[in-house]
Amino acid sequence: MNYYDPEDLGRFPEVGKFAKDLMDRFFEYYDGATGGDGALTKREKALIALAVAHAEKCPYCIDAFTTRCLETGADPEQMTEAVHVAASMSAGVRLAHAVQMQNALAKNGAM
Amino acid sequence: MNERTETENPKGKNGLDFSRAVARRGLCAEPVAIRTLQANVTKLCNQACTHCHVDASPARKEHMSLECVNRCLAILGESDEVENLDLTGGAPELNPHFDYFVREARKLGKHVMVRHNLTVTLDGNPQTGEEKRYIPGFFAENRVEVVSSLPYYSEYFTDRQRGKGVFEKSMESLRMLNREGYGAGELELNLVYNPAGAFLPPSQKDLEADFKTRLEEDHGVRFDNLYVMTNMPINRFEKEIRRKNIYDDYMEKLANAFNPEAVDGLMCRNMLSVSHDGRIYDCDFNQMLGMRARAGAEPLTVFNLDLDAARKRKIRFGSHCFGCTAGAGSSCGGETAS
Repeated sequence: MNYYDPEDLGRFPEVGKFAKDLMDRFFEYYDGATGGDGALTKREKALIALAVAHAEKCPYCIDAFTTRCLETGADPEQMTEAVHVAASMSAGVRLAHAVQMQNALAKNGAM
Repeated sequence: MNERTETENPKGKNGLDFSRAVARRGLCAEPVAIRTLQANVTKLCNQACTHCHVDASPARKEHMSLECVNRCLAILGESDEVENLDLTGGAPELNPHFDYFVREARKLGKHVMVRHNLTVTLDGNPQTGEEKRYIPGFFAENRVEVVSSLPYYSEYFTDRQRGKGVFEKSMESLRMLNREGYGAGELELNLVYNPAGAFLPPSQKDLEADFKTRLEEDHGVRFDNLYVMTNMPINRFEKEIRRKNIYDDYMEKLANAFNPEAVDGLMCRNMLSVSHDGRIYDCDFNQMLGMRARAGAEPLTVFNLDLDAARKRKIRFGSHCFGCTAGAGSSCGGETAS
């Protein structure tokens, strides 16, 4: 049993078997946000989505948006930089919480 | 050559039936005219690219003979309808009769385009060592349209697909063409992008803008148009994706991306493709698959060609044809649909 079977990505619409109206509205929103050029190009959106896919650790999204990045003209260098943005943001978010730790240290008279 | 003679329209290996996809939508995919004669004049190439549907390499020895070149010229001379001579290979410049072919076709008033790999100018002939640095000047002198493959505006994808050092040599060769007046509007220099893997090409317009900016700013290179082409699951590229076990996925991707609007602009509807031995095919891809064009039962060659009969021929389709209708379409001149 594999929890992340690549074939399952194609079955995503089946989630709409229940609460279909909500799923339909999600897909319309999703396609509208990621599917075409707007103030951001489709490629820029694909790179953002790839970064989010890594931050959220979603293997389906990593597969899908690696292809989307290639098919919108991105190269591995740009894609890797996008992943580094996600990785450094994740590290930053954690490190920023160290301020809370320092607050707690001070409260305990340890700093 | 793995000649396919089993049926007129061989059904794709995975049940991907192109003729049916066209017929089911009530579309027409018959010949319109014969505006271009594309001649594959050699399989010899100084490169051995991973995506090459011709299986061209420095080891190949097939060349179009002078007799065959002269027959092609006679066909061009006999008809005003055939406006273009499109020379491809291999590296077409490595055919010993290449210069003669170009000059004579230009004397006939034909538009000549050459599928030029850029690096042959610097590498020369890999078998004889013959120098080829005269090529940019020769092209300019004969007002040849130059169409050159460049998989990306940076080194990684280019060298991965075309060989180590190809990107830098390509830049040098492009600058030589620029110095001869190419890429400034007067003499036409067009680049061809094809994906460095089993994925569909990006939008031609968007990628062209990036290519223009990056090549000019980073390398001082100018060109006119970028054509994007889909990789064809034939020969070397087919072997590569079969080895990686992604052939079926790629074919499914091409079929799922079928764009009915691209059928109208299928290049086979306006051209004939000639192999080095004078056999005629609907396109260069059918040529590599050995799917010969026929007028009635008779396979066509440059020695028996009747243009009226060729215009009435039935184009032969196979599963690879989904490569020409995927997304925005694909042809030797880039996208064929919006």
